Amino acid sequence: MALKNIYDVVVVGSGPGGVAAAIEAKKNGADDVLIIERDYELGGILVQCIHNGFGLELLKEDLPGPAYAQHFIEEMLSLGVEALLNTMVLDITPNRHLFVSSKEHGYVEIEARAIVLAMGCRERTRPQIRIPGMRPNGVFTAGTAQRWVNVEGYMPAKDVVILGSGDIGMIMARRLTFEGAKVERVLEIQSYLSGLSRNLVQCLQDYNIPLQLNHTVKRIMGKNRVEAVEAVQVDEKWNFIPGTEEIIPCDTLLLSVGLIPENELSRKAGVKLDPITGGPYVDETFQTNVPGIFAAGNVVHVYDLVDWVSEAGFEAGKRAAQYAISLRNAEARYIPLKAGKNVRYVVPHKLDKSSLAQEDIRLQMRVTRPIEQPVWIEVHDGENLITRKAEKYVRPGEMVTVVLKTKNYSDVSKANSLTIDINPR
Amino acid sequence: MAEEVNLICTACPQGCTLTAVIENGEVIEVRGYNCKKGLDYGVAEMTDPRRMVATTVKVKNGFHPLLPVYTERPVPKPLIPQILDEIRKVEVTAPVKMKSVIVENVLGTGVNVLASRDMPAKQ
Repeated sequence: MALKNIYDVVVVGSGPGGVAAAIEAKKNGADDVLIIERDYELGGILVQCIHNGFGLELLKEDLPGPAYAQHFIEEMLSLGVEALLNTMVLDITPNRHLFVSSKEHGYVEIEARAIVLAMGCRERTRPQIRIPGMRPNGVFTAGTAQRWVNVEGYMPAKDVVILGSGDIGMIMARRLTFEGAKVERVLEIQSYLSGLSRNLVQCLQDYNIPLQLNHTVKRIMGKNRVEAVEAVQVDEKWNFIPGTEEIIPCDTLLLSVGLIPENELSRKAGVKLDPITGGPYVDETFQTNVPGIFAAGNVVHVYDLVDWVSEAGFEAGKRAAQYAISLRNAEARYIPLKAGKNVRYVVPHKLDKSSLAQEDIRLQMRVTRPIEQPVWIEVHDGENLITRKAEKYVRPGEMVTVVLKTKNYSDVSKANSLTIDINPR
Repeated sequence: MAEEVNLICTACPQGCTLTAVIENGEVIEVRGYNCKKGLDYGVAEMTDPRRMVATTVKVKNGFHPLLPVYTERPVPKPLIPQILDEIRKVEVTAPVKMKSVIVENVLGTGVNVLASRDMPAKQ
């Protein structure tokens, strides 16, 4: 695939938000739409979310994550969206230039009339919740374990404690049970479940996995591999309650302790972030504070349902297309003024064709070399002469002026560029 | 003597709290549902509880080593461990198309197990 220098819409990330944005961008008239993915396949995190429950609202079907992703990826590709895999966006500027590192194309600069940020979110890790104790192998985020078990074919645990009652944690409790592990329990520091109630039923209660609210991990034990965790009850201020400690032998601690929108790129582009959501401030069109830069999905705030992520993507993609088209129309009104034969430069460098309908436009230039005889100063569009002016001679030290008249408007309005040549008469 | 059982509906992500009223082993009333699915869930959960099952099978020559699969409809909850054992015996060869049947009529439930995605062959 040959990359273009400029796209109407560039989407960063091919999860459900990005794919939805690319679909609606294309459907709303964006000509060239590029979606950039750092992984080696499209789909984002849905690829590893093999459990069902996706699409109930949007597709009226109870689908597993990969099927939901494939449904929209097929639609996107059939619309002619270009997909660039194995490509990391390194930097985005406020005037919508993207600097990317691509396996296929190397280091490339791409310009976009509009950008949709759809980088999703990341899981909170052990250092972000500061669990004391040893630092052995066997402490993973739930999503990392999900990737290994569901996609790569590795079983990382035999005996598991899960900290946090987020949806991925509960879903992994069931998944690891299916694959033969023993899930000892799920600990939740808050006094309430942090994921969906349906997952408490179908992931924990169905398999007799105990959930302990107001509990957390006080200490991780084990030198090379996790050997146990020390669980403890907490009060309403999350202080440990002495005497409630319990050592739970296990070889793995999974963390399902929240998701954080991934916005390093947004920050570089000058996008302002809300400290509460961790995502960009957006208006009702999902436009950020930077004109032409939109954001959709979990990069803005963490959703419960993928269907709602897709809906946000649809809206952002549509609005990005509208932005790109109005910019493209504005660009199309302008044509360049080119220095032709014996002309060193022309000012202005470009002109808005529509302004010639209102008033005359003065073009000024200097010549490359003197011509000491009568000359024509000719303005043409490559084929048709639009106007010309006679001079007795031209010299580099003396500026030359020619005026485009409003009566030239109908000729100029058809031109893609204007060139000025100076030839002897 | 009527007995009341509290349930959380799993039919959709809303997670409605239901109360099923049981008398002589029969569900005589379901309260708290907001749609037909909720009513059906309340009755089924007390008589014939069912769940969707999603897992993986091995793939030969696949782009990934595993193919995700799912039951096209919910299956009886008590059979889930045996259904997983059945599915675990299967090994498929790539390429596989999404929604192709991986296990037909699994364990005589009348429910097929389908591929959750296309699995292209290894490049």
